[in-house]
Amino acid sequence: MRFMILAKRNFKEVWLDPLSIGLVIGLPVGLLLMFQPIGRLNPFFTPTILAPGIAVYAFTMLTFSSGMILARDRESALLSRLLTAPLRANDFISAYSLPYIPVAIIQIALVFGIGRLLGLEISGNAGLVFLVIFVMSIGYIGLGMILGSLLTSKQVPIVWTAVNLLTIFGGAWVPLEALGGAFQRAMKALPFAHAIDAARAVMVHGVGFSDIAVDFYWVLGYTLVFFALGTILFRRRMVE
Amino acid sequence: MKKGTEINRGTRSYATKDNRFAIQTFSLSRKFGDLVAVNSIDLSIEEGELFSVLGPNGAGKTTTIKMLCCLLRPSSGTATIMGHDIQKDTIAVKKVIDVSPQETAIAEHLNAWENLSLMGGIYGLEKEEVKKRSEELLEMMGLTKRAKDKVRKYSGGMKRRLSIVMALVSDPQVLFLDEPTLGLDPQSRRSIWEHIAELKGKKTIVLTTHYLEEADALADRVAIIDEGKIVALGTPQELKDSISDIQVMVVKAKNLTIDVIEGLREKYPEVKEVEDGIEIKAKEFSFDEVVDYLRPRGVVIESTSRKQPTLDDVFLHLTRKELRE
Repeated sequence: MRFMILAKRNFKEVWLDPLSIGLVIGLPVGLLLMFQPIGRLNPFFTPTILAPGIAVYAFTMLTFSSGMILARDRESALLSRLLTAPLRANDFISAYSLPYIPVAIIQIALVFGIGRLLGLEISGNAGLVFLVIFVMSIGYIGLGMILGSLLTSKQVPIVWTAVNLLTIFGGAWVPLEALGGAFQRAMKALPFAHAIDAARAVMVHGVGFSDIAVDFYWVLGYTLVFFALGTILFRRRMVE
Repeated sequence: MKKGTEINRGTRSYATKDNRFAIQTFSLSRKFGDLVAVNSIDLSIEEGELFSVLGPNGAGKTTTIKMLCCLLRPSSGTATIMGHDIQKDTIAVKKVIDVSPQETAIAEHLNAWENLSLMGGIYGLEKEEVKKRSEELLEMMGLTKRAKDKVRKYSGGMKRRLSIVMALVSDPQVLFLDEPTLGLDPQSRRSIWEHIAELKGKKTIVLTTHYLEEADALADRVAIIDEGKIVALGTPQELKDSISDIQVMVVKAKNLTIDVIEGLREKYPEVKEVEDGIEIKAKEFSFDEVVDYLRPRGVVIESTSRKQPTLDDVFLHLTRKELRE
């Protein structure tokens, strides 16, 4: 468990950057409040429909922040030093991912907590909603590990913009049905829309796990692939 | 691997592995595209030895260290650290080494205690052990009073000292110090030399530097590396003795012009401008001959003296390059 020592240091790095952490946590709250008036005119923007999308969109900040800290550290002499220590690629990926898990939980708690105050209702099992959304948050952290392992700190924001757009058009803000055709199919190949659809189905229609199993495994599968890929890429970067 | 075992890589045959040595390299090479940064280096460094690698910027020192620390893959050849192959058994190698990189490598948001705890913890040391060692190391480097301050508030010299002790907290068997005193003021440099000298014999230390005084004062043996190749290897004295047939004459003088110096260079191969005068190196010359050349050309000679060759002279003689270029 040597990676926990490094995770502890990374946790401090994350939490000692008030601007970054404020943005990561403050963004979903701001969005919920911003869309509240529109919800009276358009049912898509009511808290119950919108909350899963806002939560998933907020996770893009986890990708950005985790990707940036890993990329920045990779460029620093400190990581060169740590790479000479007896740690493996999966230790590094774990150490850079773990500090973001409490951040994701806070994001979810805020979105659904404040959403509840604004009229959010969950017809089905709230635990199931949390499970789907939480696994998706881990996936976004995994995506950050890919970006951080592969790119420089200057390149991460560029690629992250693409992740951001894919999330917006993947059902977070824009209903996929409105886009239709090939774009809808392409978005369905990614995990983001599956996470949002599954959470909405439980919240609005009260469906059980069996009804969202395909969506859930889609999200879980992508999350595992993101972490596996992040680890492979980081391992390649360990020895030039 | 047993003593005396021959190792082979493909069709090539390398030197023999020997467990007496803490570090052995076998035709270790690294290319970057067409550039050969390290060219077939064979080294054997004994346990407890302080071995210095000397060379100008770009000579291949850091590339060699990075390969030995498993950060760079050799293009060909290999090396062993405490018997572990750097390519096949990287985790075992990493367990017995620690490195103070050329750049200051510290976590800026943490204080000195936390930086040392980070390193100790990563190497699997118990908390109490880390605390005890950290106390000793911070005291040794004069950082105890500021140990609880965030290190981003430290001066450059303090950060450098902390960066070095971070390599010591794990109590490694083999310690790599890559340019440990680069950019430090003379006082801090001397202080670090004293600390490195205290470690002599207790650990195997590989010290890269382009400060010749550093290698001369500290090293048991020195390898001079130039353009990726070892051009000389021996104790500092052996290296100096190797050019004992070279005489060095120092002339302190005024009114030395470029034409006069160029004229001397036609007579003697190595004429270097130094503070207030010139330094002439040659296998044979007489003082009278030099004085008789300078005086008629308006040069006012204040003093002349003969100097023992230094490592600087050895390096210049072997590579025709200045170390601090």
